Amino acid sequence: MYAAGIDVGSTQTKAVVLDEGGRIVGRGIRMTGADVVRSSEEVLAQACASAEIPVEAVEYVIGTGYGRFRVTAGDDQVTEIGCHARGAVHLFPHTRTILDIGGQDTKAIRVNEKGEVLDFCMNDKCAAGTGRFLAAAAEVMGLGVEEIGPVSLESTERLKITNVCTVFVESEILNQLSRGRRREDILAGVHRSIAGRSASLLRRVGMEPELTFTGGVARNPGMVAAVEERLGLAVNVSEDSQYMGALGAAIFAVERARAGASRQEASR
Amino acid sequence: MSTVLGVDVGSRMTKAVVLDVEAAPGREILGCGKVYTHFDLADAARRAAAAALEDAGRGAGEVAYLSATGYGRYQVADRDLQITEMTCHARGAVELMPGVVSVIDVGAQNARAIRLAPSGRVLQFRMNDKCASGAGRFVERVAKALEIDLEEVSGLALRAEQPCEISSICAVLAESEVINHVTNGASIPDILQGTHVSISDRLASLVRQVGAEEPFALTGGVSRNEALVRALEERLEMRVQRHPLAEYAGALGAALLGRQRLHARAHAVPT
Repeated sequence: MYAAGIDVGSTQTKAVVLDEGGRIVGRGIRMTGADVVRSSEEVLAQACASAEIPVEAVEYVIGTGYGRFRVTAGDDQVTEIGCHARGAVHLFPHTRTILDIGGQDTKAIRVNEKGEVLDFCMNDKCAAGTGRFLAAAAEVMGLGVEEIGPVSLESTERLKITNVCTVFVESEILNQLSRGRRREDILAGVHRSIAGRSASLLRRVGMEPELTFTGGVARNPGMVAAVEERLGLAVNVSEDSQYMGALGAAIFAVERARAGASRQEASR
Repeated sequence: MSTVLGVDVGSRMTKAVVLDVEAAPGREILGCGKVYTHFDLADAARRAAAAALEDAGRGAGEVAYLSATGYGRYQVADRDLQITEMTCHARGAVELMPGVVSVIDVGAQNARAIRLAPSGRVLQFRMNDKCASGAGRFVERVAKALEIDLEEVSGLALRAEQPCEISSICAVLAESEVINHVTNGASIPDILQGTHVSISDRLASLVRQVGAEEPFALTGGVSRNEALVRALEERLEMRVQRHPLAEYAGALGAALLGRQRLHARAHAVPT
């Protein structure tokens, strides 16, 4: 038996396929783009191909993320908060707080030992403190988003980025560059700025260790270092950090599939 | 015949105004100039000053006093005085549109709502300089996302039939939102005017914080955007006064205040 989770995020759409034992057997990812329906179908096909199973073998699919209601293959939907929490606790059972930094929003979630959500807090009103802020900084510098984290780690001089607004920070970065400041130092300042905003979200939910950092931005080593420095603790980061929402959705899907299967057997 | 120069170094444009020191009221503006600020603020001030002097047909040697305002005012070389934008914008607005009691100045990065006494004194002000949600940059970013020249925005938006609702307050998130509107078949004029309506909501609430009352004036670069002016008039249910030189209000205010200082200095008893 197989089940899948599809997470339609603002930037990327992700899918995870699990087997009956809850092991990840396939993953799929692509840019969400304008056609949400198509991207959700494609990531599922991709995940099934990587699992070497036909799409029909997947018994239950749960959609999550902002485009979850447009996942045509979805049997049900679960909020991304619930899915991120579930995925994080599955991979790191001692997780009590989750920081999820995505392309367009940032969430702080506090959970219990079962991965149930106790409290959460989110910034989705503005791009400050989200992946978009980093992407804007990368673009101004002419670097790729995957390059800026490692570059920021080479910083030797502490520099403070004062603007919170993503639009204004672009001018601030150009200004700093024109004054001869090094891009390593500027980028470290950009990462610290986001870490600062994350810390205030985490304070609002009452952070408790262990902290698991999820979302696409968790793959950025500069961001992990900035968050750890700011909070003064080590954070859990998985190789699958960007699939966390899809993984959580897939775990819910496995449970539903099992429950459904037993219901069918009982009715026989 | 000496002149006074006022320079306003804004985040996008740097403006300069040349005044005649002795001319009668209403005839003192000799020339204006504006240039893109870019990143060297001192250089922007020099270029704007040169443009204004050329417009006035006056030489740099005749400048008796130089006052600077705007966020780059401390970078203006050889300045005699620097003055806050709030004071300069208020002074400039009153000069251009005598009798106004509330003013909103909307630049690329800031919006300032000012309440004036009939004498032109600043009674109260509110400012948004933290984010692009209520500033010219918001329109600029949307235009860029739609690949439209900023100068064409107003003309296109005036053709709107049913302005789209733009729910994102954040300029960056609004970029994705407008792209979605395009994908869903909305027309460019409807999207642009929706953007104007959205920013007008925020400008109107800034003005209401200081008390919106007529005569009301809009200054700053955004005042040239006719479509946005209409949206703001609808939101405030008030007529919005403008002036062809409204973009120069800050530089003009700085120059007028500089001239006042110069006169005071001339009449002071030497010690």
